[in-house]
Amino acid sequence: MNVLIQITTSILGSDARQDNSQYPATMPLYQIPKERFAEAAKSMKTAGARLVAEWATDETSFGKGFGIYVCYAKDSEYLIVKTYTPLNDPTFPSLTKKFVPAYRFERQMRSLMGVVPLEHPDSRPWIKHEDWPENVYPLRKSFDASKPIPRVKGEYQWIRAEGEGVYEIPVGPVHAGIIEPGHFRFQAVGEDVINLEEKLGYVHKGIEKRFESISWEDGAKLAGRVSGDSTVAHALCYSHAVESMTGCNPHGRALWLRALMLERERIANHLGDIGAICNDAAFAFMLYQLTILKEKLLRTNLKIFGHRFMMDKIIPGGTSVDINKDAKKEILAEMDWLTNEFERLVTIYDENPSLEDRVRDTGILPPEKAKELCVVGFVARASGQEMDCRILSPFPPYDRIVPKMTVLGSGDVHARGWVRIEEVRDSIRLIREILNSLPEGKIREGFTPPSPDKSGFAIVEGWRGEIVYWVQSCPKGGINRCMVRDPSTVNWIALEEAIHGNIVPDFPLCNKSFNQSYSGHDL
Amino acid sequence: MLRILHQIFRTGIVTEPLPPAEETEIEVIGVRLEEAIKRYFRRSLTIREIDAGSCNGCELEIHALNNPIYNCERFGIHFTASPRFADILLVTGPVSINMEIALIRTYNATPNPKFVIAVGDCGYNGGIFGESYASLGGIGKIIPVDVYIHGCPPKPADILNGILKSIEDSRPT
Repeated sequence: MNVLIQITTSILGSDARQDNSQYPATMPLYQIPKERFAEAAKSMKTAGARLVAEWATDETSFGKGFGIYVCYAKDSEYLIVKTYTPLNDPTFPSLTKKFVPAYRFERQMRSLMGVVPLEHPDSRPWIKHEDWPENVYPLRKSFDASKPIPRVKGEYQWIRAEGEGVYEIPVGPVHAGIIEPGHFRFQAVGEDVINLEEKLGYVHKGIEKRFESISWEDGAKLAGRVSGDSTVAHALCYSHAVESMTGCNPHGRALWLRALMLERERIANHLGDIGAICNDAAFAFMLYQLTILKEKLLRTNLKIFGHRFMMDKIIPGGTSVDINKDAKKEILAEMDWLTNEFERLVTIYDENPSLEDRVRDTGILPPEKAKELCVVGFVARASGQEMDCRILSPFPPYDRIVPKMTVLGSGDVHARGWVRIEEVRDSIRLIREILNSLPEGKIREGFTPPSPDKSGFAIVEGWRGEIVYWVQSCPKGGINRCMVRDPSTVNWIALEEAIHGNIVPDFPLCNKSFNQSYSGHDL
Repeated sequence: MLRILHQIFRTGIVTEPLPPAEETEIEVIGVRLEEAIKRYFRRSLTIREIDAGSCNGCELEIHALNNPIYNCERFGIHFTASPRFADILLVTGPVSINMEIALIRTYNATPNPKFVIAVGDCGYNGGIFGESYASLGGIGKIIPVDVYIHGCPPKPADILNGILKSIEDSRPT
């Protein structure tokens, strides 16, 4: 029995009502009264659960008000708690004092849906920039999303530091390298960073709203472009969520091919990241060596799957591409080659004291902080948090081929790099296992759209960490709401914490060791 | 150190000749560049990349231009941190409303002569994100674009070909 359900029902009694429109049945949804929303959060906190996501829905088409949802998780168990707030009083109790990640989720809910978290410590907008009109709420059904929003005069209230010798460094949104836009504001004394404040939202393209106007099938394409580097993981997570609502079970071969693509995406991105971390510590040799390996993998992807990043290859109902015997042989041979090349470079990484001097004890995110911030993925695993939803909440084929979890305790740049090294090694092993036991069969099942008034939930461990999708169908059958939670949504704030006590020139190195997605966060 | 030298020696030169461009994927529009500009750009071309709202897929492929296999520096192409030094702006994404001002400012900060290459289907017309309250559509709606490189994302060879094509001498018509 799910411990989180037990706690909720024992504390809230008959006030907690199970909602049967939620799929799959293993992801329970409980509806509770608004006045007990914070109380339920407190009991979750006491039970050691983490806050996975918090979001709002406009349920006027169901004849209701705004839905306020929060998802908690503890080990392998997930629970969604929902409450309603009426249209004429769009408020709800803030959970920020219980769970840190609620801080940005709630600012975003207020900015885009216009539901006000009561007693939230920060009333500044998030994603919505200061030059948007105050009363514009794009996620509301009454909002006309076809026209650009008019600009108004506005000023963002930055956190200030004062004192002798304190100065400020504003960085971005256009950064020095080939990277996505975001603004970082440092307050520093000499070389030491005393505070970093992030301002994101620059690449907000209205993805969640866009989902509401496209078909279920096109949804997988859009999900594949939430964050281009995680296209496989996002399309997979969206497909899982939608399939859970329709009872569609793709054939075994499709599931194994999906895992094959997911692991190839993990290796390619980790190789690039390990190289980029070394490059930011002035060890360009590693970047160039590793980008050669990455490029070869991407070319194999193009040859075998028809796209360098395998975009649009995962669709609801299965996959749009199959592999033949030759392709299987080619990938196996590639893995042998990769192991050989990669291990040579790992030895060089490991034996380089000047690199070690830069990456060790830099940008430390202590384990207790990681737990408090509810971070996910390699950021969490590098800071002592045991979590990997391929292992804790496995979907096929991960119930048969169990990934190895690498957890390190130091939480520094080195740990975030080393977790990736171990994961590349393990993904190579997984790919071999997948190919050696790839079942025969169809790669796609007929996909029927979900019936009205259902909701589906899915989690997938992408290379950055746990990706969450929650999809709700309209009374008329289309997509009413698609909540996307990239790992970056919860992990970005950890960078603000990890930079304390570091020097300004180490920021790029710290940032690269996190390498969070701007697009996945801004949506 | 010996291992590093050994690895460099083993790797050798991996840079490949650039495959010819597939004609359909690159679209040079607008007026042709003046001869002087072309001459000026030929051996040293400095690019400032701007993500105006992309999903970061195009950024991955632009990154790949710098890897030893595509090695864009052999053509004298390099990326700069400041628009003040740039000859070309390589812009990706649909223009998001929150990046519009930064894009215009970066364009204005780039000295003349300059030109703009829009990378990817989103840069052409907004792609899958279309035009909405937050996505203003293609780059050409905000700043003048000289070349569009199509694809989602375009492959590194296509991007490199697009850049080279936009600066090569135009044939007499």
